[in-house]
Amino acid sequence: MSEAVLETKNMHMAFGGLVIFEAIDFSLRRGDRHAIIGPNGAGKTTFINLVTGLLKPRAGEIWFDGRNVTQDTPQQRVKAGLVRTFQINSLFKALNPLESVMLALLEREGRSKPSLRTVAQEKPLIDEAMALLDRFGLAGDAFSITDALAYGKQRLLEVVLALALKPKVLLLDEPAAGLSTQQGHEVFAKLADLPGETAILFIEHDMNLVFQYADIVSVFAAGSMVLQDTPENVRASPRVREVYLGA
Amino acid sequence: MAAILTVLFNGVAYGFLLFVMSVGLSVSLGMMNFVNLAQASFSMLGGYIFVTALQGYGIPFMLCLPIVFFAVAIVSVVLERLIFRYFYKTDDLTQVLLTIGLVFMSIAMATYVWGGTYQRFDMPAWIIGQKDVFGLTLETYRIFLVGFGAVMAVTLIFGLERTNLGAMVRACVDNRRVATACGLNTELIFAFTFAIGGGLAGLGGALSANLLGLDPNFPLRYLVYILIVVSIGGMGTITGTLVASLALGIADVMGKYYVPQFGSFIIYLLTVIVMLWRPHGLMGRGA
Amino acid sequence: MSATEAASQAAAPHEAGRDYFASLARWKVWEILFWATLAGCYFFPDIDRMLMSRVIIWGLFAMSLDVLLGYRGIPSLGHAVFFGVGAYVAGFLGKFGWTEPISGLFFAMFVAGALGLVMGKLVQRVTGVGLLMVTLGLNLIVFDFVLRSTELTGGDDGLQGIVIAPVLNYFRFDIWGRTAFWYAFVVAFVLFVVTRMLLKSPFGLALIGARENPRRMLTLGAPVEGDVSRAFMIAAALAGAAGALLTQTTQTAAPTYLSFQRSADVLVILIIGGAGRLYGGFIGAIVFILLQDYVSALSPVYWYFWIGLLLVIIVSFFRKGLLPSVEQLYDRLRSRKSAGPPG
Repeated sequence: MSEAVLETKNMHMAFGGLVIFEAIDFSLRRGDRHAIIGPNGAGKTTFINLVTGLLKPRAGEIWFDGRNVTQDTPQQRVKAGLVRTFQINSLFKALNPLESVMLALLEREGRSKPSLRTVAQEKPLIDEAMALLDRFGLAGDAFSITDALAYGKQRLLEVVLALALKPKVLLLDEPAAGLSTQQGHEVFAKLADLPGETAILFIEHDMNLVFQYADIVSVFAAGSMVLQDTPENVRASPRVREVYLGA
Repeated sequence: MAAILTVLFNGVAYGFLLFVMSVGLSVSLGMMNFVNLAQASFSMLGGYIFVTALQGYGIPFMLCLPIVFFAVAIVSVVLERLIFRYFYKTDDLTQVLLTIGLVFMSIAMATYVWGGTYQRFDMPAWIIGQKDVFGLTLETYRIFLVGFGAVMAVTLIFGLERTNLGAMVRACVDNRRVATACGLNTELIFAFTFAIGGGLAGLGGALSANLLGLDPNFPLRYLVYILIVVSIGGMGTITGTLVASLALGIADVMGKYYVPQFGSFIIYLLTVIVMLWRPHGLMGRGA
Repeated sequence: MSATEAASQAAAPHEAGRDYFASLARWKVWEILFWATLAGCYFFPDIDRMLMSRVIIWGLFAMSLDVLLGYRGIPSLGHAVFFGVGAYVAGFLGKFGWTEPISGLFFAMFVAGALGLVMGKLVQRVTGVGLLMVTLGLNLIVFDFVLRSTELTGGDDGLQGIVIAPVLNYFRFDIWGRTAFWYAFVVAFVLFVVTRMLLKSPFGLALIGARENPRRMLTLGAPVEGDVSRAFMIAAALAGAAGALLTQTTQTAAPTYLSFQRSADVLVILIIGGAGRLYGGFIGAIVFILLQDYVSALSPVYWYFWIGLLLVIIVSFFRKGLLPSVEQLYDRLRSRKSAGPPG
């Protein structure tokens, strides 16, 4: 059992009087491929928003990479290596994929300060960007405007942008949403090839994908974590069936 | 003491003028998210129609006002149907550029039709002079303005709160898409509201011609005031617009009376502070 | 896509990426032609060189707004404040004995840039109509101050008694505008080159990214708000340089330099030319100033009718301005030519 890279301790969240989480204790270990499943309204996306700092918890702590990051801004968490993608594509419409990935790489390397060096002089980063795009089958579209790309390719670009930051933890909010079954498998197959030290936490509705690619599965329902276990045990659990089908 | 009260009263009268001029912009911003700087040109047009009717045709003062209202309302609704409605979905800057272009054109057209100098005209005898009210000597015209503005404000607030049409307008301000989905004819409501807003702006121009002076540069001179009222009050709220108008009117008149060396400095500074503190206006809804 | 095409792209993706950014940074032929033509105007017989230097100064001013509006996507209704501050700083220096123009220009840029940084810090969280109002309000405050501080600024009459020494201690500012033209041209060109480099740098790319999707930039870890104040500072320094140039070439500085009218004019110029293209400001200035000179000579009162009409037509039919519309037309013509039968 390796150490936890991301942990929530007693995390409590509510919108007005509506309690989303009572007290969540969650931990993600280095190199895990961890899926969060649960019915709609279980608070899965809220969980990601809390962890990445878009929302602030009412109580409790969030620890990342051995540090309490509860008070950190979203940017500080990104810089520390906690990176996410969005459920709905959130891209740079008028830029092409190469430029978009370069934005991420330049930001990661802290090279976006005002200077008189052209982007063209960042040769190693350009090569890295092209290699990344190539790995996800986007090299052929590197110079097309993002807005004109097919939906599936835009989903892939979301993932590439996040990966470009070399995250320690990658949070994927329904990376396969809106993709065909085959495209979904392609995305996950690419993710499975990532180096082992990157932990991946993903929300996914397609159980085939979850059971094929996750090593561990957490089941969220009605503001609490019902179960955390291996895919096999989750699949066999009567509790999970109950949660999904309603008691 | 009496002097302070008189200045205060003059500020209130000025505030009501600003309210009548800017309420249309506030509603069009709240409802259609449309930054209509040409509102200031509607006021100018109202002023010129008023002067022409009063001086040129000898129409009685109280009859001039409805003429101005309907004439400017018709002009604004025609512009809405011909031009503005195609720009409801564009960004703020495009709307600003479009309508400031129209303001520029209106200035040149007014110069062409009415000449570049200040308009000279005679107000009816019954409205000039002074009256003693509660020991204060007040100008009759300002008393009229305060009364007129108050009636307008009450009518608008109650009209919006209590009538069927008001409910439909509020529904459109709150959520245009849902209102459309509920079967409201939003296009018609927009056009109608635009007409009323334009008509009121025209009235504001007519009523201010005597007090503020009327020349082709009127829109540029008062555009800033209208914008300040709307942004401080918060878009789409009539009460907010009223409060902001009165506050601005009082602050401006008092400032110019007691600390003339600062001029308009105080109100500009207040505007910037309010906008930085509450970008959606004092009574505006949050983001 | 054919199999061979895909294979060739996969084989050398790195080269393609490097080539792409290299071509973005490279000077195009039309760019060189543009600057050569502008310089060549000087040798045109009967040309009004004072007018041409005003065109160049307005072009630089509009380019400064382009950094803010075109590249970072922040509209400002008060950009003249930086122009005016630059103009008055240069004027004060000239009036109180510091007559050397180039150092005066730098100092004016520095002061305007500092003001821009402060303004950027103030407004970096404000958006939409609020932003328009704050920039307009700050412009009006400074305008009002300059107009009222009669003893300091000369009020309505403008700053009197500005003396500017010859450029490089040799080229005297003359009434034919010979020195004025070359001084304005060289300064504008140098600042253009620097701005161009800045915008082709990673910082420029980050500005565009923040324009396109500020929230996404935040999740990439970018200092989005800090970029707002930096963009303001750069735009302000450039506008200040334009203001200083106008003061130095005409030896006057007047309150109209920082009026709302001027803020509106520079916005109109940029929109006419097209925002986000770097050249839009210069193209717009050529059209606007020359048209103004021509129409005003016929009937000064009606100048604003035509400029208003032009504005309405441009936002109605060429939303992006002249330059991008011409580009689109050119692209369409070219693609029609190359879209013939494959051979």
